[in-house]
Amino acid sequence: MRHLTDDELLLHHNHDGDDVEMADQHLTSCAECQARLIAIEEVLKLVVAPPVPDRGPDYGFQVWNRIRVELPELTTRERWWLAIPPWGWVGVAAVLLVVVFLLGRYSSNRQSPLNVVTNGAVTTPLPAQQVRERVLLLAVGDHLDRTQMLLMELSHASDPEEIDISEGRQRAVELANANRLYRTTAQKVGDATIVTLLDELERVLLQVGHEPSHLTARDLKGIQDGIQSQGILFKVRVVRANVRRESAQRPQAATSQMKGPTT
Amino acid sequence: MEIDDTAAVARVRSGDKDTFRLLVERHSHTIFRLAFRMMENEQDAEEIVQETFLRAYRALDGFEARANFGTWIYRIALNRCYDFLNQRKSRPVIQPQGDPEAPTVIDQIPTKSPSPERSLLSQEIQVQVHSAMELLTSGERIAFVLFHFEGRSIEEVARTLNVRQGVVKNRVYRAVKKLRRQLQPLRAFR
Repeated sequence: MRHLTDDELLLHHNHDGDDVEMADQHLTSCAECQARLIAIEEVLKLVVAPPVPDRGPDYGFQVWNRIRVELPELTTRERWWLAIPPWGWVGVAAVLLVVVFLLGRYSSNRQSPLNVVTNGAVTTPLPAQQVRERVLLLAVGDHLDRTQMLLMELSHASDPEEIDISEGRQRAVELANANRLYRTTAQKVGDATIVTLLDELERVLLQVGHEPSHLTARDLKGIQDGIQSQGILFKVRVVRANVRRESAQRPQAATSQMKGPTT
Repeated sequence: MEIDDTAAVARVRSGDKDTFRLLVERHSHTIFRLAFRMMENEQDAEEIVQETFLRAYRALDGFEARANFGTWIYRIALNRCYDFLNQRKSRPVIQPQGDPEAPTVIDQIPTKSPSPERSLLSQEIQVQVHSAMELLTSGERIAFVLFHFEGRSIEEVARTLNVRQGVVKNRVYRAVKKLRRQLQPLRAFR
């Protein structure tokens, strides 16, 4: 006859466990297990949940009043991409690739764009190469934000025993797929800095994507050390800042370049 | 018209900050109860409630529309509890002086004591239980409170904490073992 383990007795106390009936049957005929169960129950009876102080019906309103001043406004830029599900980013990247391809075709067919007179000033349509670069910068910027968020979460994750990274792993796979398309696009546009960074990111994302869903503290440390030793988060931050600056500067540069001479 | 959590989240995400109030009003009591049971301290529990909602608001971009807001914010609150418990553990604790084998107040009170002593005994039991709970690691305490105080099954606790069921069983069992060791002398008084 196999006696119940302490785990099983504990689960039995909470009417939990894989085989409640088997445990019940055993307990009716085994005095030793009964005694052990009583010992566990005596302790659990002593440990009662402390009475929770009543907060009153308007507690929620009080909490709201305390936090409302600290809530930042969500910016428009933050808002529009929140609506896109994680897997949607692969689609966004694919669309981008098509846009860049079409722009390439368009630019080779139209070598000398016509000047346009608007409000008395002569303006020239943006050269296709610049448009392509701008589309890429905008798209890669958001991709880098999302990747940075995931890597930061992994870098700060901690658990003394085991951690479930299944959600992060799934995001890593989706980001790696989108990353591949962005890298191809960046190669076409000829942006070597972004290509190099995306190349490194892809390796890290694929590594995370291939990890098991549950990691021991040691495995997690391995990933964190990998992220840290390559300085990948720092590189992402630097390139992200450059991308942001460039995408803000380019329209101004293009406009000043294209304005006709003032007389 | 009353709107559900998913619709409220969508509104907040589209810029209607004030709708967040609905979510705060709906979930504050649950989060406070959880935080108080974890911390056994009103001030810490209040801080956790506040920080939980602030974090949730800032992290709304990570919230998936198909998920349950209540479960999501409960997890955020648990993470805050975990951090608070770890901080509390790192603070120096003043240990009581004297011989650990010496009889305690409880040892001197007869089992069938009259009412005032009974009341004193009950208070003393609470103190002992509180001290015993402080000996648990943050992980053990969280798993134990969810299992024993909140009445969740091992499977539910595992899902909430994002760990395997075996890990939860281990943590709860270790917690019970530690509590048993600490509270053994009190068993005779129940």
